[in-house]
Amino acid sequence: MALNLDDIKRIAHLARIEVSDNEAQETLNKLSGILGLIEQMQAVDTTGITPMSHSQDVTQRLREDVVTQTNQRELFQSIAPATQDGLYLVPKVIE
Amino acid sequence: MINSSLKQLGQQLASKQVSSVELTQAYLQRMAQLNPTINAYVTIDEDKTLAQAKAADARIAAGDFGPLTGIPLAQKDIFCAKGWRTTCSSKMLETFISPYDAHVISQFDAAGAVNLGKTNMDEFAMGSSNETSYFGGVKNPWDFDRVPGGSSGGSAAAVAARLCAAATGTDTGGSIRQPASLCGFTGLKPTYGLVSRYGMIAFASSLDQAGPMAKSAEDCALMLNVMAGFDERDSTSVNREKEDYTRGLANMTGAQPLKGLRIGLPKEYFAEGLSADVAQVIETAIAEYKKLGAEIVEVSLPNNNLSIPVYYVLAPAEASSNLSRYDGVRYGHRAAEYNDLMEMYMKSRAEGFGAEVKRRILIGTYVLSAGYYDAYYLKAQQIRRLIAQDFVEAFKHCDVIMGPAAPSTAFKAGEKTSDPVAMYLEDLYTIAVNLAGLPGMSIPAGFAQNSEGKALPVGLQIIGNYFDEARMLEIGHAYQQVTDWHTRMPEGI
Repeated sequence: MALNLDDIKRIAHLARIEVSDNEAQETLNKLSGILGLIEQMQAVDTTGITPMSHSQDVTQRLREDVVTQTNQRELFQSIAPATQDGLYLVPKVIE
Repeated sequence: MINSSLKQLGQQLASKQVSSVELTQAYLQRMAQLNPTINAYVTIDEDKTLAQAKAADARIAAGDFGPLTGIPLAQKDIFCAKGWRTTCSSKMLETFISPYDAHVISQFDAAGAVNLGKTNMDEFAMGSSNETSYFGGVKNPWDFDRVPGGSSGGSAAAVAARLCAAATGTDTGGSIRQPASLCGFTGLKPTYGLVSRYGMIAFASSLDQAGPMAKSAEDCALMLNVMAGFDERDSTSVNREKEDYTRGLANMTGAQPLKGLRIGLPKEYFAEGLSADVAQVIETAIAEYKKLGAEIVEVSLPNNNLSIPVYYVLAPAEASSNLSRYDGVRYGHRAAEYNDLMEMYMKSRAEGFGAEVKRRILIGTYVLSAGYYDAYYLKAQQIRRLIAQDFVEAFKHCDVIMGPAAPSTAFKAGEKTSDPVAMYLEDLYTIAVNLAGLPGMSIPAGFAQNSEGKALPVGLQIIGNYFDEARMLEIGHAYQQVTDWHTRMPEGI
């Protein structure tokens, strides 16, 4: 499946990464090379093979529903780009 | 002293021939002298380091110490360490001061080890040459024109140049073993789930695994004793009894300590793609193992060539999900100018991530996107099972698998940066091990002369069955009792 510049713009938007028009062509070339490598998979017959998502056949552990962490808001917000009154600041999203 | 084993250093500390502060200062002086050239460390904080050394000396004086108390170690900058800048070699985390400790860090703190600093790496561990680091490449101590491998390139150079007694690394597709091969030391990627991933910055969570990088198998065993163990904060941490990985090392003496050991050589590891000089060194090492009593059997890993395409679907898919957390809201880089929330996300991520990281996020986003999931992601997961089954089949005929850890010796800086696919082929012999979740290690097996007459290290890879680390370390140790490759140091360093 060959990619084009519109695909690059669409994927970049989904990934929330700005790709300028100048970068788009270079990105297309590199991604096309990687997809060419990936295409080797299509030659393999995988009918009936169960997908392997993980090397360990384990299930999620459960734990008691009790408090395990104490509040460290000030410590965590000390490394935030912008905060006010204990809240993280982002551009206005609701008019 | 800088070429001493961890055991020797431990004995010198315990008998008070040297203090941890003195030992630590010796390493800090070497770092001050060599790091501006080699660029192995991205963060050095002498005050913090020396405070730990003083605390270690107090523990030794009080008789409360273990094998690693007072030993100066380098920590890959993928491990969060409280109060330390933790960057993953990304602009995204350039000013990130970790508010907590990774499990690996707290284990070393509890053991009384000293943190010499945070080591350089490929950005978010995505690379095989350390050249994707935001803080610049790392020099291979054996030849400054060449790369140390990656992604754990800073830890690798630090071990090889003796800028630490030992180091930590992480391995998602070969990031401990390939640099161990290119820089000539011993590196072990444990079985998936053996070492907790808590506080280890995530790249591809179903493949990431931390492990030791050190001079010898014995040193790696001592490191793994501290690193391994169940941790409920990592949902994939395996709950099994603690082992002493040094327990069988003393038995590796006598004429044929490995009598009865069946070594499998996968024919696919010695086919096209392997450079002749590396093949020669590996064959000589295998001959040495025969002398130690091992028997050689040919095995096959027929799907090995598919491990790279499968990896470059699965690892980017997991990365695109893991790295979505870098949104410029709670921590990390935020763009200076934006008009709305979407623009803030898009610009912050465009500015904060380097080119290779962006490529992998985009590939991962694409293979997971509507309409392509089955053709790429599901297909890759199916072939992953075939690759894992190859090992199950091979281990019916042998106890360990051996082969090269990397297809060639260290390559020149800049040689493969323009072609991502050429760079990805570096991990031809390591990636399948991660996909299967098996343990793998690389031990120094000799040197190959390159065309310029320079001798560059070659690593022998040893792949074990699940949780067979103790046996693998014995097998590495047995070889290191009859060879001295692991004690060699680069000239002039």
